[in-house]
Amino acid sequence: MMDYETLKVIWWLLVSVLLVGFAVMDGHDMGVGTLLPFVGKDDTERRVIINTVGPHWDGNQVWFITGGGAIFAAWPLVYATAFSGFYWAMLAVLWALFFRPVGFDYRSKIDNATWRKTWDWGLFVGGAVPPLIFGVAFGNLLQGVPFHFDANLVPYYEGSFWGLLNPFALLAGVVSSAMITFHGAVYLAHRTEGEIQQRAVRAALLFGVIALVAFAAAGVWVQAIPGYVIAAGADPAGLPNPLAKEVVREAGAWMANYRQQPLLWAVPALAFLGGLAAIWAVRAGRTFFAFWASGLMIAGIIGTAGVAMFPFILPSSSDPRSSLTVWDSVSSHLTLTVMFWATVIFMPLIIAYTSWAYKVMAGKVTKAYILENEKQAY
Amino acid sequence: MNETLVDLSRLQFAATAMYHFLFVPLTLGLTWMLVIMEALYVMTGKQVYQDMVKFWGKLFGINFALGVTTGITLEFQFGTNWAYYSHYVGDIFGAPLAIEGLMAFFLESTFIGLFFFGWNRLSRAQHFLVTVLMAVGTNLSALWILVANGWMQNPVGSEFSFQTMRMEMTSFWDVIFNPVAQAKFVHTVSAGYVTGAMFVLSISAYYLLKKRDLEFAKRSFRVAAAFGFASACSVVVLGDESGYTMAETQQSKLAALEAMWETEPAPAGLKLLAGIDEANQRNTWELEIPWVLGIIGTRSLDTPLPGIKEIIARNRERVESGVEAVKALDVLRRDASDPQALALFEAHKENLGFGLLTRKYVADISQVTPEIMDKAAASTVPPVTPLFWTFRIMVLLGFSFIALFGAALWYSIKDSFAEKRWLLRWALWFLPLPWVASEMGWFVAEYGRQPWTIAEVLPTHLSVSTLSVESLYGSLAGFVGFYTLLLIVELYLMFRFGRLGPSTLGTGRYHWERQGAMQSA
Repeated sequence: MMDYETLKVIWWLLVSVLLVGFAVMDGHDMGVGTLLPFVGKDDTERRVIINTVGPHWDGNQVWFITGGGAIFAAWPLVYATAFSGFYWAMLAVLWALFFRPVGFDYRSKIDNATWRKTWDWGLFVGGAVPPLIFGVAFGNLLQGVPFHFDANLVPYYEGSFWGLLNPFALLAGVVSSAMITFHGAVYLAHRTEGEIQQRAVRAALLFGVIALVAFAAAGVWVQAIPGYVIAAGADPAGLPNPLAKEVVREAGAWMANYRQQPLLWAVPALAFLGGLAAIWAVRAGRTFFAFWASGLMIAGIIGTAGVAMFPFILPSSSDPRSSLTVWDSVSSHLTLTVMFWATVIFMPLIIAYTSWAYKVMAGKVTKAYILENEKQAY
Repeated sequence: MNETLVDLSRLQFAATAMYHFLFVPLTLGLTWMLVIMEALYVMTGKQVYQDMVKFWGKLFGINFALGVTTGITLEFQFGTNWAYYSHYVGDIFGAPLAIEGLMAFFLESTFIGLFFFGWNRLSRAQHFLVTVLMAVGTNLSALWILVANGWMQNPVGSEFSFQTMRMEMTSFWDVIFNPVAQAKFVHTVSAGYVTGAMFVLSISAYYLLKKRDLEFAKRSFRVAAAFGFASACSVVVLGDESGYTMAETQQSKLAALEAMWETEPAPAGLKLLAGIDEANQRNTWELEIPWVLGIIGTRSLDTPLPGIKEIIARNRERVESGVEAVKALDVLRRDASDPQALALFEAHKENLGFGLLTRKYVADISQVTPEIMDKAAASTVPPVTPLFWTFRIMVLLGFSFIALFGAALWYSIKDSFAEKRWLLRWALWFLPLPWVASEMGWFVAEYGRQPWTIAEVLPTHLSVSTLSVESLYGSLAGFVGFYTLLLIVELYLMFRFGRLGPSTLGTGRYHWERQGAMQSA
């Protein structure tokens, strides 16, 4: 059995992997959903777009579900505090996601223009709203969230939904939305041909540039907002107790990890390199390469925020010692061990059969395919 | 905690879970029906079997979409609305949910895409494998969810830690092989199989009554009759197994659903019907089969089952001991090394949950009076009347399914079911009943666990998030409104495609296409 401290760090990495997996996998079909009403000009074009992700969106969405489950199992206090605190934001995500399963499956089952257009906008909402809210949520994590625990560790959230919509958080929302839409556009360019592909490439260029510019702006801005530092008390190897530490707010504290370990600058660098490579590749028609490059950009962007905050997960602005960190919001040693092995066993299997599923369905989705499979295709 | 907040949180959970379970059982059952039909296709190469897989698969997809939609909520609702629960038991409860995602839901959701879109890209054997993996994933999903739910009913393999102020896992294997979880799993998936079989049986009966697509309908009917009969028998037998594990681990639920006020001499009788007088804790009349409950509950003739009054009296002592545990815990939370508090806590900690029950009446543990302890003890047995009747409706339906599927199988073997219009009508009108039975079953399981979220460990009223009542009214209205709208859309599609039948495949082989009358339908 690994020691508790190591496992706590491994679980920070595993949750990061799940988040990146969610953003890369579910992200591309959410990006496709966001672009659907704009890139698809008529019903057949829209069906082409939908069918590029038709066989895969459901499997991809499980990254989200499993991410939620993994946070529950590994960081129960984060699961409890964040989701109840961000109550309306979380419900907005869930309600937006409701449109996807039904949108995909029901849209083309009835041959009626109003019916189909309605579901197209449903798929747009299901694709566009979650990345925006996740970005805004991340923006708030970086600033700290108003909550505290009582002596029995009951969490109390003191903010409101509207308080989440502050300027820095909205910028983070733009980063997230643009990066996911970019990623979706790149994927769409890879799986389509002709005019749809051309429009997808144009969308990719637009959103790729927005994502990188907004990310750079957030990087500059974050140096001016106060970060959080553990002043005393958090024992990495000890039993988790979030109330046993002292935390101070300090301007520029989020840059501390980068100052101490300059190698970590590789993470934001990866975001820019991936983004620029993806923009170049999608223009050059090398769409498969572009997809993985934009995936790296996503990993770089999420990783940049994660590295800046480490070991913080959910800092508290109103009662800093209640802040949740990698050391004190975790499950027991046994549960982390069990979940570690479950992940080590199943994650490679998931990646293997997901790859096979994509391989089976590989190739361009064309208008001819839709017309031939009128009754079977989405 | 605010009572209204607790009630609304419970109502929202009940509503979202019960909506979800409108779609789950059909998914569980239909996947195996699809496997059987596709196996027949692979073995015989007959086109009609492939058409069956595709058509029933289409209806499966319409249902599955809402299963996924309503399922998303449940993965996150523990966090949004049951924050203290999530903290207090996440160490154990979170694990099966996460493993469900990793082991089962990924499998099911990845292969469902290939099931629908892989027909022309996979060999017959490969596609069959995809269908099997989808079914396996679906059923494994149910396994992990019921491991989680079984732990709520019978929290084994875990221990309270005062340092972290939560339950912590002590044995993962005990959590998985929890007898309650295993009994619930097999009972629940069998109920799903009955639902899937009834769905195919009823709709096939409709085509037979309308004298359309006869070969398609007959073959579907036969598969459903055989699969349904086996499933209906197992659901009843395995329900009996649930009764046995319940008598060992959930005595207050069993006593309540049997309206058993007094401890009866062994072996206890099984009440068919009774007039329940909840206020005076007695039944005005009873219709009883002697011996049966004792035998189901204890597998013996001489072990008595405790009645409600005895359970409450026993729990009164546990509340008293639990109050001491809470007092000691309060001290330990301030000073973890206080030796006196530690000794007191160790002596009483198995009753901690019972002490926490008093928090519903008074926040400060030093203010607890004997009257409050009486109230807390009385609350440990859930209301009898709703449990007694929902349980009986479920059981009655279970036996009626055996009768229907038995008759359907009998006339399938004699090959005369297509002319037995009474049988076909019976099958058609029974269509909604498996859903009724499943919902009743969940009501018995969850309402019967009250006043706990985790039996004898964590009271429901402490489990909720500290949200405003306004937020709950808003979210509850949102969920119910949204789900109802989606349900209407789903039913519209189901009825439309169900009525049109295999003609919707566009193969040119079926009734409405041959008539050229798709539009007029």
